[in-house]
Amino acid sequence: MDQILRKLKQAFPGADIELKNTSSMHVGHNAKGMHLKTTICYNGFKGKNLIEQHQMVQKALESELGNEIHALSIKTIIM
Amino acid sequence: MTDDQKSLVENMINSDRVFLMMKGTPEMPRCGFSARVVQTLNTLGATYGSFNIFDDYNTMNMIKEHSNWPTTPQLFVDGTLIGGCDIIDELAASGELEKILTPAKKE
Repeated sequence: MDQILRKLKQAFPGADIELKNTSSMHVGHNAKGMHLKTTICYNGFKGKNLIEQHQMVQKALESELGNEIHALSIKTIIM
Repeated sequence: MTDDQKSLVENMINSDRVFLMMKGTPEMPRCGFSARVVQTLNTLGATYGSFNIFDDYNTMNMIKEHSNWPTTPQLFVDGTLIGGCDIIDELAASGELEKILTPAKKE
């Protein structure tokens, strides 16, 4: 978790970032990896549509997605 | 991605105006996130085509590459990726999804 948050902070400098582990809401569905939820408020999202904003977040966590992260719920806000 | 793969994906996501790549089927979704998008579409009375990723992982991977989007579900309208589960929730809540799903009226 700490490392994931660090990566997000690095990718979105100056952003307000909230990261929650919601894995406990998904017990019983046998997936490896955590369910995470992140809300990122960042001025660099300006001028980008929702797809592009989410793609920026997915790219920042590219190597974790599908590995230690099973599912990532994303909410982006333009600062 | 080869031209053949590209046209296969484009034919598929354009096979219906509204097209959902999902886990399972609209009748029996096999993932909470896919189920949520199905429920949203059904609530809005949308008609849509769908592709079950468990039927063919190769095609799933090609769609993911084509969309530059790593996860399932993916909703397409007029062949354009509109979003995954979070974006669909957001657009549904703001009322924007209903507008996107409503075909442009002919003058």
